[in-house]
Amino acid sequence: MTYRLGVDVGGTFTDLFLVNEKTGKAFTAKVPSTPADQSIGVLHGIERVCREANIQPFAIDHVMHGTTVATNTVLTGTGAKCGLVTTRGYRQVLQIARSFVPGGLGGWVIYNKSLPMAPLACTIEAHERIGSKGDIVQNLDEAQMRADLRGLKAHAIEALTVSLINSFANPVHERRVRDLAAEELPGIAVSISCEVVPEMQEYERTVTTVANSYVRPKVSRYVANLKSKIEHIAQDVKLHILRSDGGLAGAKAAEQYPVNLLMSGPAGGVTGALWVAAQAGFPNLLTVDVGGTSTDVALIQNGEPRLRRETTVGDVIVRASSVDIRTVGAGGGSIAHVPELTKALRVGPQSAGADPGPAAYARGGTEPTVTDANVVLGYLPAQQKLAGDMTLDRDMASKAVQKIASALYLSLEQAALGIYNIVNENMVGALRLVSVEQGYDPRDYALIAFGGAGPLHANALARLLGSWPAIIPPGPGVLCALGDATTAVRDERARTYVKRFSDSSAESLIRILDELAEAAAKSLEREGVPRSEIRKNYQVDLRYHGQGLRLTIPVDLKQLKKQGLKAIAAQFDAEHRRLFTFALDLEHELVTLRAAVQGRGIKVSRSKIAKGGGDAGGAVVGKQMAFMEGKRVAARVYDRARLKAGNRLAGPAIVMEMDSTTIILPKHHAKVDSLGNMLIYPDTPIAARRKPRAGKHVGKKS
Amino acid sequence: MPATIIQRKHKRIKRVKVDTVTIDIIESALRNARFEMDTVLFRTAMSPGIREQHDEFPMIANLEGKMVVGQFGSFIWGFMQGYEGTIEEGDIFLTNDPYSVNGAISHANDWLMLMPIYRNGRLIAWAAMFGHMTDVGGKVPGSLPTDARTIYEEGVTVPPVKIYKQGTLNEDVLKILLHNCRLPHWNLSDFNAITAALRTANTRCIEISERFGDDVFYSAMAEMLDRNKRAMRELISRTVPEKKQYFEDYLCDDGLDMGPYKIACTMWREGSKCIFDFTGTDPQSISSINFLLNEEMFKMFAGVYMIMVFDPQILFNDGFYDLMEVRIPPGTLLKPLKPAALSCRTHALGRIFDILGGLLGQGNPQFMCAAGFSDSPHFMYSGYDKHGDWFQLYQITFGGIPGKPFGDGPDGHSLWPSFTNVPNEFLESYFPLRIETYETIPDTGGAGKNRGGNGLRIGYRFLEPGEISIHDDRWLTYPWGVNGGLPGARSRKLLVRQDGTEEILRSKVDHVKVLAGDLLISDTWGGGGCGDPLERGVDKVMFDVEAGLVTVEGAKRYGVIVARGGSADAAATAELRTEMKKVRGNPKLFDRGFESIDELKERCLRETGLRPPLQPQFTKWATKAGAAGSS
Repeated sequence: MTYRLGVDVGGTFTDLFLVNEKTGKAFTAKVPSTPADQSIGVLHGIERVCREANIQPFAIDHVMHGTTVATNTVLTGTGAKCGLVTTRGYRQVLQIARSFVPGGLGGWVIYNKSLPMAPLACTIEAHERIGSKGDIVQNLDEAQMRADLRGLKAHAIEALTVSLINSFANPVHERRVRDLAAEELPGIAVSISCEVVPEMQEYERTVTTVANSYVRPKVSRYVANLKSKIEHIAQDVKLHILRSDGGLAGAKAAEQYPVNLLMSGPAGGVTGALWVAAQAGFPNLLTVDVGGTSTDVALIQNGEPRLRRETTVGDVIVRASSVDIRTVGAGGGSIAHVPELTKALRVGPQSAGADPGPAAYARGGTEPTVTDANVVLGYLPAQQKLAGDMTLDRDMASKAVQKIASALYLSLEQAALGIYNIVNENMVGALRLVSVEQGYDPRDYALIAFGGAGPLHANALARLLGSWPAIIPPGPGVLCALGDATTAVRDERARTYVKRFSDSSAESLIRILDELAEAAAKSLEREGVPRSEIRKNYQVDLRYHGQGLRLTIPVDLKQLKKQGLKAIAAQFDAEHRRLFTFALDLEHELVTLRAAVQGRGIKVSRSKIAKGGGDAGGAVVGKQMAFMEGKRVAARVYDRARLKAGNRLAGPAIVMEMDSTTIILPKHHAKVDSLGNMLIYPDTPIAARRKPRAGKHVGKKS
Repeated sequence: MPATIIQRKHKRIKRVKVDTVTIDIIESALRNARFEMDTVLFRTAMSPGIREQHDEFPMIANLEGKMVVGQFGSFIWGFMQGYEGTIEEGDIFLTNDPYSVNGAISHANDWLMLMPIYRNGRLIAWAAMFGHMTDVGGKVPGSLPTDARTIYEEGVTVPPVKIYKQGTLNEDVLKILLHNCRLPHWNLSDFNAITAALRTANTRCIEISERFGDDVFYSAMAEMLDRNKRAMRELISRTVPEKKQYFEDYLCDDGLDMGPYKIACTMWREGSKCIFDFTGTDPQSISSINFLLNEEMFKMFAGVYMIMVFDPQILFNDGFYDLMEVRIPPGTLLKPLKPAALSCRTHALGRIFDILGGLLGQGNPQFMCAAGFSDSPHFMYSGYDKHGDWFQLYQITFGGIPGKPFGDGPDGHSLWPSFTNVPNEFLESYFPLRIETYETIPDTGGAGKNRGGNGLRIGYRFLEPGEISIHDDRWLTYPWGVNGGLPGARSRKLLVRQDGTEEILRSKVDHVKVLAGDLLISDTWGGGGCGDPLERGVDKVMFDVEAGLVTVEGAKRYGVIVARGGSADAAATAELRTEMKKVRGNPKLFDRGFESIDELKERCLRETGLRPPLQPQFTKWATKAGAAGSS
């Protein structure tokens, strides 16, 4: 009997999700996180969940883990001291970056640029040159290179990056510099750009590879530590780390290319949401993960999350695939304020964070936050405890929100509702980025909310966007661990291949895509995935010759063989029309070829909850006065653990569970499905709309 | 006669009371819509100037044409007053004639498109956008001839026409335009891209209006304008003194070996109104460096600058325009009369920001920024490659951002919003050249408590014969420093021929023939320093020395002596700083790096390798017409 285990380490709790690979039977556990050494909490959790399942830890053969170590290293600026080798003449590639100054006209007045992750003092130049077609213009001066590498010793660098001009076209010099570095600087991990991201654009390739070096020592230590601890209790276990793109990396790949893990944590949430929604019968959805300082949103189309070819963490943007998750600085801790000159109401992006946290936490915070507004509105009942054991101080919350009320001459409750509405609007802004801005109509999608605070806002967000139902999965916190456990091992290989259609052919395309897939499949085999279980997918990035954009088009090799390149061209034109309302009669140009391979996922049979009737009266635990839609209403309070399949909860209502609270607004109701999900709908039938259709074009007004 | 607005529904939209939160929601929805316009354009345009460097400007205006979100001078009101014809649902207007729109766009490369937004047959808002086309015909590739004498040499221009009439494309007009451009498929693609962006704004405005109602949508926009006006009134009365402040700055030359040209402005406040008077500015040039400055555009520059310096939280829009008055004498460099050439207005446009900084700063020295990279120098390279295919590169380069009260100026960055450089690997893949050097030049940023950013050096190795053009400035005058900060370094262009001979190129040149193997070393200028360099922390100076951004020699400008081992010599540094302070006296408010223009010209050849420019000659007709027009 073998088991798979998903592990998600959050700020407060570590969630675990254990699945029997044969039967699909699942078990969960929640234990406190141990920030000083996260592996302690993980081991404690494993012990707990194994007891629950009545198995020994060595029955677990795969542990799958989403981690925020890489992200936090970047956000807190605590990465390695990095050396960098560039081509002569390009030493300042990170200093100049793209010359971009954010903030609109006059933005430079207040812009202070952050320092590059590889200091200029630790950047040296290789005397060499590769041409844009891969030709060697100037040979590498090895003696000079060795001397300069030795010079880096004085700077006590902890990691080294090599990123040379045009290395995507010919990596020979980068590889040679790596070999020289291994001799001159033994023990220093070297990342070379042609391996991390073999694509055109020197700044993006360099910053991505440097980011890889920057987080590498910390991630390696973390992964190695966790691996050895787990192996200690379960000898043959394989540890996999969730990648930003929703696939899994083996422990070794994770240690070598940690830049692919920058979105590991949030990707777990999206994968989990995807799984839950698919079980509930909704393959098209918008995911909303509301945390303390920010909200992450993503769009899932036909059961596949949209991917993006870049990852953003703080002000670092790297060229690494990630689930297209957009983040806004709007969460429970976001602070509301009224600027003196304009008298407008603003919420965020400043956040009270976890310390001191919202005023209601009574830990010294005095600024009005979104959580305080929720408390004033009565959305968080007195008996609700946050993070398991913290009681909320209503007086402190009221005092804080009163500042806004006074500044705007509003009643306390109106001010709180204003904060609630504005923060919802900020979240909608992010949801628009992943939907309408990409040509998708949010009304064709269900909305799934998780994270501690997501269910407080789900009903309101779904109403703003017309995305029904709003799905509230049971135990929103365990969702990430579930996502981890149900993910398949995945890898991909890409190559820049800038060629017009007239200079290329279907045959050469097929040949290269095959090579890429083969290389990726080999790496999966090394992770223990049998050849027979590997699925391959192909993509090309295309544009019209002369354009700067690139659209990713999935490729069917059989179709390509039969119809040639024009099959891809037609797909591209259709996508271009959908996104931008027009197509052009111009030659197409290939930019990047990519092959993704994936192992088999796992079936999980989630236990169904007990059946009940429409009446949810058995779960009512009280009444609460709440301010909704500008009126004071008496909301029923339910205990989620007592809900039964088939129950119908009429709004206004508040549903409590250990790690979250759900609001059901007046004139809305929730249905409980057989898996325990709550599906919130408006009472009035949803405006007569065409049959929901995937990716409806919304750019043109009918 | 003003334009006739055709509406099916005649009920007037009225101003109603809107609660704060609804206004804020509409405000953020409009702001999102504006950024969405950018996104659509960047992704589909083909001119690298738009696509990679983001030389484009969107806006959404209320039904009276006042800009509510965006950043350029709204001339929609003026357009509605001047357009003889109808405005109907589905119309989109196109123009690239600066003289037809009083300078809302300032050269023919900018194609401006306008779209009235209708809901249920009634006008509810406007969207507008312009972008810089790589080529619009005329006498040189890129359509920016430095030696043009009239606008007729600068390409094909079109007055405001309905390029879409009630939703139908006017193909004939478009064909004529494209027929006159060197890269018609780029123009067509960019045209489509701007159209798509306008339609995006259209959709979003209709959605907002559907959600809240036309009256609320209109009233919320009105309230956003009022909010801005209230905030700006406060800001103006706090920061603009009633006493007249005067400032002048220069364009070094006109591309015809004459210069420098003076831009002069006086600013003062009368009650809550701020007045800018450009009397004293030189007459219009006979070459193409004239900048037809739209008064509303200038108000926007001034307003944005004040907001950024004093209170960046204020949302910027047209609301405060009544609080400013701008007087620009006709027939001058900033209000040239037709048919003056306009294409190379980028230098004067940039210099306006230095003028603003100098004016506003005198009343509030603690907020003053130095002079910076007030330009967007152009580099162009065109010809036929070995396959016989035409290539044409237009590139904007960057330089040193000025030192500012809030910190150092970044090295080799853009002063213009959302501009980015073109990746060199991209250039090398698409054009027959190799970028051998791409770095900022140590010590070119002006020394100061907050250092000016370094200028940028690009080494272009040409791989095919062709012609290059360069449009730059500040090769003679310096980007000045403030409050004790020193000026930044000048620009310089050196052409190294394959045979080793070297030639210093003038700052503005066209038709320079290059051969395969020739190397152009293009140095842009640094930003001025802000504050006393002798007060800059020694650790900060040493950080820059270790980074190679300041040399050991350059550190002495900060009074810092670097010892042999590479660390600062504390005793020698303290001594030098005391000595320098004594010699220098009190820090200067402005340090221009010269005493007088004559003195500057006297040392020109020695320092720059170029002859000093001659005294500008002005056309009689323009000065005469200007005098007649203003009296």
